[in-house]
Amino acid sequence: MIAAGWLRSRAQTAAAAFVIAVVAVIAAVTGPGLVRLYRAAVAGCASRGNCQAAMAALATQDGSLRMWLGVLVVIAPAIIGMFWGAPLVASELEDGTFRLAWTQSVTRTRWLAVRAGVAGLASLAAAGLLSLVVTWWASPLDRAGPSRFATFDQRDIVPIGYAALAFALGVLAGAVIRRTLPAMAVTLVAFVAARMAVTYWVRPRVLSPLVLIRPVNVAGYGSGGFLPFPTASPSLQFQPPDLPSAWVTSTDIVDKSGRGLPAAELARFCPGLGQGGSGHGFGHTRAPASAGRALQECGARLGALYHEAVSYQPASRYWPLQWYELAIFLAAALVLGGLALWRVRHVS
Amino acid sequence: MSELALGAGRPAAGASPPVALAASGLGKRYRRRWALSDCTLTIPAGRVVGLVGPNGAGKTTLLHLAVGLLAPTSGTISVFGTRPAAGPQQLRRVGFVAQDAPVYRSLPVAAHLRMAAALNPGWDGELASRRITRLGLDPRARAGRLSGGQRAQLALTLAIAKRPDLLILDEPVAGLDPLARAEFLESVHELAAERATTVVLSSHLVADLERICDYLILLVASRVRLAGQIGALLASHHQLSGPSADPARPIPHSEVIAAAHSGARTTLLVRADDPVLEPGWTRYPVRLDDLVVAYMSQAAGARAAGGRATGAAGSGMPR
Repeated sequence: MIAAGWLRSRAQTAAAAFVIAVVAVIAAVTGPGLVRLYRAAVAGCASRGNCQAAMAALATQDGSLRMWLGVLVVIAPAIIGMFWGAPLVASELEDGTFRLAWTQSVTRTRWLAVRAGVAGLASLAAAGLLSLVVTWWASPLDRAGPSRFATFDQRDIVPIGYAALAFALGVLAGAVIRRTLPAMAVTLVAFVAARMAVTYWVRPRVLSPLVLIRPVNVAGYGSGGFLPFPTASPSLQFQPPDLPSAWVTSTDIVDKSGRGLPAAELARFCPGLGQGGSGHGFGHTRAPASAGRALQECGARLGALYHEAVSYQPASRYWPLQWYELAIFLAAALVLGGLALWRVRHVS
Repeated sequence: MSELALGAGRPAAGASPPVALAASGLGKRYRRRWALSDCTLTIPAGRVVGLVGPNGAGKTTLLHLAVGLLAPTSGTISVFGTRPAAGPQQLRRVGFVAQDAPVYRSLPVAAHLRMAAALNPGWDGELASRRITRLGLDPRARAGRLSGGQRAQLALTLAIAKRPDLLILDEPVAGLDPLARAEFLESVHELAAERATTVVLSSHLVADLERICDYLILLVASRVRLAGQIGALLASHHQLSGPSADPARPIPHSEVIAAAHSGARTTLLVRADDPVLEPGWTRYPVRLDDLVVAYMSQAAGARAAGGRATGAAGSGMPR
């Protein structure tokens, strides 16, 4: 039965093995050099006393390769879901081969459990291996970089969870839609939606963030939003807090009772905010000195009643968050897999 | 009508033969459309059964219900006394070749055999490879490259080497050229002769079935219109030719299935064990395809005329 499962997944397994092999070769060729660079930088900077600058310089090493390998790890689960998960049931229904497969001496529940089990575990292994190679390759650069959270979803174990969810989504979409191409499209959309929901909504809330209270420290202001859709009310921009390797999830101005600063209040404290800027041209232009002074005065007035609350996840929570996210995605994948089993049992 | 069908298949001795498949009030609905409704039939074990009927009669739906690919909307169906596809033991006993003989186009022939070997505990690998060799199939050839006849033979090999007690073939020769058709039917015939395998073969071409079947079931609009051993069916039906002066004149102890008038003569197809002929009438043996067509037209006529005609057709049944 497991052998039969393998036979139908050979093409995808070969493709995955090829990609991983290529990445492994790239990593093997360029990786040791990065390790040597890192060691040299660490050894050299201590005596010269410029470690921060040396690390910052090292972090930009091989920038485009680092980015593309990161992109590969991010999109690999989506590809697994689309090309491995979605056709698993859909192609059988589309080509009519389910009438061959489901009339062998194996119940269709078991057929799907083994087929999806074999292909699913292979896809988890593929995503895990790819992440392992890329994580190892990039580790000197990541260590030199400002925060490991910047590459949270391209490293370590979370890509395994992403692959599991994408695969299960693909299988379920294929079983429900019964056509391969639409199932692939739905898989992609649903997977991206799930990833975004977890990244922006679940991940910051899994562990309640630590809060750093500090005096108002205004660096500038902005009107927020993207250019075509500016938000109406201007907001203050803050000096980044000195929290090395932490993931700052939000910075708010609150009063002593923890109440936020309403926009009307901000306008009262800082009249003229958001007005009289350069107002022409694209990109950043240097604000006039008067605007800077006004901003400092406004910050000082605010500081009498308000303070900054910086919510953040410390570097020590990187691994707990990795495990939590892996668990969330694996659990969701199991639920979807169960739904797919139920669905296949009732296909007729 | 089903009463007639069941009666026709029953041997004179009275002891019921073992039953391979039994359906009662069986129905399957797709959204709003009933593909099969209130179908009641019995298929005896140990026979090569031809299932004929016009397109849309519900043959494929019935066969899919029999192998458990479909679940009934109403009624019951059992194969060897058990619900189809109830478990691995039940699946093991039934071999199936679906319409158009689906196989994995990108997989080589040999991989199909390996896969089937892994999926079927009763797999007869020797039989399978012997058949593949004899058919001249290249084990390394991808199934998508095979001709229609070769693909059908591959699918049949997969179903046969499973060593089923019941082999179900849905329109197996529909897309094949005459030579491939003959070879395929020859393979089925050999299997049925070698073992006590029950074979059910659907087709809308009677000539194909006549070659290898010894039992016939005619399904029209979900209803069994005719069922029985082919020899017995042919013996109990007669083609009569006589003067057309009085076409309504009854032939004693017989049921008129079809009547045709041309000029001064009338041709009748009647069901009777031993028709007593009036002077001027001649009896000819009946051909199976004529018989099937006659029952099909009778059913179509009955359907067109509504319930009244159905009742009339039923009244002439011999008891």
